[in-house]
Amino acid sequence: MTTMTHETEISADAKVPVIRITREFDASPAKVFRAHTDPELVAQWLGPRDLEMTIDYFDCRTGGAYRYVHRRGEDEFGFYGSFHEVRPNEVIVQTFTFEGVPDGVALERAQFEALKGGRTRLTVTSLVGSFEERAAILASGMDHGVREGYEKLDELLRKDR
Amino acid sequence: MPADALSRVFAALSDPIRRDMVARLTDGDATVNDLAEPYDVTVQAVSKHLKVLEDAGLVSRSRDAQRRPVHLEAEVFDLMTKWIERYRRQAEERYRRLDEVLRSVPDDDQQQPARPAANTPRKDTTS
Repeated sequence: MTTMTHETEISADAKVPVIRITREFDASPAKVFRAHTDPELVAQWLGPRDLEMTIDYFDCRTGGAYRYVHRRGEDEFGFYGSFHEVRPNEVIVQTFTFEGVPDGVALERAQFEALKGGRTRLTVTSLVGSFEERAAILASGMDHGVREGYEKLDELLRKDR
Repeated sequence: MPADALSRVFAALSDPIRRDMVARLTDGDATVNDLAEPYDVTVQAVSKHLKVLEDAGLVSRSRDAQRRPVHLEAEVFDLMTKWIERYRRQAEERYRRLDEVLRSVPDDDQQQPARPAANTPRKDTTS
């Protein structure tokens, strides 16, 4: 890490099922934006370190779409969505769905705000379908729980075939 | 704490009066009358709010004492905070990886969006 640390801040609004994440970076909005739109760069940071991330397609422009897969051994976790509004160095509005829960969709807005000294504040606001869904997502932070949960889900899905 | 319990906690805290009541209970136990005092609402209305907080497991009321003081269940609060903190830490780990990526990429603020927009008349279309 650099001498400067900008710890991620997170808030869960009590009135709407929103999760808001704020983080500052020692790089320009153009650079942070590029790290969100260039699939080669995205693959280097978006996925958890212990999972292999493969980008199926990633067309980050207004009207574009993406899909990527996280793999651990035989387990695959797919995610996909659409890019609704992409304005260079300013904003990315996209949907986000985990294929294991195809009816669940989050609407995400990433805003890139220029700060003094060529730095950037990134604010990601994620609106999910219900308070229950948000609680499940926050609970998924209990890392082992979610892995086991996915494994169980995969087992169930395999049985149904 | 299962997900629906957590969502009950969030829902219970969606009301400003209930949030205020919880904030005041962090100072110590209080009676319904104490809690009702600052608000322009009936004691019954306050009791209703308390019921919601009680159902969410956020507060409890002792059975024995006649005044039945309201007690904040700090552990429930802590659990919720822990969940959010775990989620936050994962986001922080992700963004530390992004820090590394940003350091490895040369500065180029003229950089256009990485993906050319095929068949769309956009000025940022390159390659």
